[in-house]
Amino acid sequence: MTDEPLLRVRGLTKHFPVRQGLRATGLVRAVDGLDFDVRPGETLGLVGESGCGKTTTGRMLVRLLEPTSGSIEFDGRDITHAGRRELRPLRQELQIIFQDPYASLNPRHTVGRIVAMPLQVNGIKPPGGIKARVQELLELVGLNPEHYNRYPHEFSGGQRQRIGIARALALRPKLIVADEPVSALDVSIQAQVVNLLRNLQRELGLAFVFIAHDLAVIRHFSQRVAVMYLGRIVEIGDRADIYERPQHPYTRALLSAIPDVTQLGPAGRIRLTGDVPTPLDPPSGCRFRTRCWKAQDICAAEEPALVPRDGGRQSTACHFPEVAAPIFEEVPS
Amino acid sequence: MSLSPVEGLALAEIESDPDAGTPAAKGVVGRSPGQLAWLRLRRDRTAVVSGVLLVFFMVLGLAAPLIEMAYGIGPREQFQNLLDGFGMPLGYAGGVTGDHWFGLEPNLGRDIFIRLIYGLRTSLFIAFAAALITATIGVVLGALAGYLGGWLDAVINWITDLTLAMPFLIIALALTPTVTLRFYGERGQVSSAFGVGVLIAVFAVFGWTSTARLVRGQVIALREREFVEAARASGVGLGHMLFRQLLPNIWAPILVSFSLAVPQFITSEAALSFIGVGLSDETPSFGRMIYDSLDFLQTDPAYVFFPGIMIFALVFAFNLFGDALRDALDPKSSR
Repeated sequence: MTDEPLLRVRGLTKHFPVRQGLRATGLVRAVDGLDFDVRPGETLGLVGESGCGKTTTGRMLVRLLEPTSGSIEFDGRDITHAGRRELRPLRQELQIIFQDPYASLNPRHTVGRIVAMPLQVNGIKPPGGIKARVQELLELVGLNPEHYNRYPHEFSGGQRQRIGIARALALRPKLIVADEPVSALDVSIQAQVVNLLRNLQRELGLAFVFIAHDLAVIRHFSQRVAVMYLGRIVEIGDRADIYERPQHPYTRALLSAIPDVTQLGPAGRIRLTGDVPTPLDPPSGCRFRTRCWKAQDICAAEEPALVPRDGGRQSTACHFPEVAAPIFEEVPS
Repeated sequence: MSLSPVEGLALAEIESDPDAGTPAAKGVVGRSPGQLAWLRLRRDRTAVVSGVLLVFFMVLGLAAPLIEMAYGIGPREQFQNLLDGFGMPLGYAGGVTGDHWFGLEPNLGRDIFIRLIYGLRTSLFIAFAAALITATIGVVLGALAGYLGGWLDAVINWITDLTLAMPFLIIALALTPTVTLRFYGERGQVSSAFGVGVLIAVFAVFGWTSTARLVRGQVIALREREFVEAARASGVGLGHMLFRQLLPNIWAPILVSFSLAVPQFITSEAALSFIGVGLSDETPSFGRMIYDSLDFLQTDPAYVFFPGIMIFALVFAFNLFGDALRDALDPKSSR
């Protein structure tokens, strides 16, 4: 693993204008200044509650949404505002897996056509023909290659998600943005799909940006974890550090909400009160201060920067980071 | 006379979820949604009967010259010797005989059967051509407006509203004679092809709006689906997106609107011919025949009977088939 990041994101911002008639009346600050890197072959887990901007971030990374500002660098090239022609070679190295396996496959196309689509669109002629390559891909994701001529409605949710994965792999990408790839699936199927992704990552050396709201799935899958709250990263670091020594109060609260069968009662549970503030008008200073039990005057006045702590492995955006003992012991997995 | 054949149809759902219909048979090769719809259609008795009737009518229309040869009488042949002194056909029921199956026209003495066959040809040709053109214009404009949105959507919507606001009948009444005059002058002999062309053009100008709105709505609903984003993430172009990814999902409502537009155009053509702005007497057509027959409603009721029954059967079969098609393509839609 080299130190040169595959994906370098700086100050990534997406604001959606709110219009009433012709007048712009406000801005939804869906994503507000993200900085992170993804190294080749690495998995970055992006976690946060609904509406915190995870999906918007994912869509911007594959340029389905145009960033308002900031920069995205992929493999040393700035792709923030690349046009369709410049994006072409890039599309092959940067793919996305979608959340809803029922909506992400065209119901009128056969599986073969769905998986072959990226190859045909980009004019790629694999040795042995497109059909052979597609069947190879189907086999790779654990589907029967003879299902080439079937339609999506004949498959279960988990199988459909595998088809979506095969489509994303068709162009041999270097980085895959997985936008909640398992949250629409049954728990038993989730494990299968996550394990499939992990095996693929090992075999093909893929880097992932893995978006999820399920902390257990993220923990299982990611080497590094970024915690988002209201359009910003509040904490980013190695998996072990985040899960064992969370320094941001929000991360701590999130982790404490994981049900733990070994503990009875609400022992360590931190209960956050109130709702997430509206991204139309986020709080001044630290965005989490309205629900934080440690909030002081400085939190309203000054926005905490995402500063590296612990010798640079973990960065936290908080004026009063936790330095307490680990909240969990590492559970051997 | 309304030229929007698909009102209410816009509610038809985008995707006829095949799981809800017949259980998909587990063969080695899967059944496409289209195949499933075909199976449902074949199982529907109304669809089969009306479909067979339609095919019969189309064969009649297409084979008109062959029928003329077999029948031995042309559409412009006059049999004055079979009319009485007042120009009325001799014999019963408007002169029905073994030679003239549906009798003869009063005054001119032309054979009604062969004129009906040729009238069928004219009506079907005009209706299909107009429906094809309007569907094409509607699909392209609607898909562009729906997918691209923005100012293009606003412009296309504005044109649609403008077209809908124009009174079809008045403009048809005013325009058709003017155009004919412009091309042929006061005394020129208007060719039948020209009359047909003008009618198709009038229908094309006014008929595309409902299809465009239908398609626009469906495309807007599909645009946010993830398979569209997946295609974009693979870098597909506009043409591929519209015609390969989106269009296959909205074939069902387009087909239904097409099959319901055809009878609309048949009746519209008849109505325009009836009020005298459609086809000339030279071209056999249902509307023109009914118009001519009105003078003889009391003296020769058989003259209005045959074209009336024919147009009724044709339009009825088309409408039943269109409904059955909608049921087959869209089992979940409610009436």
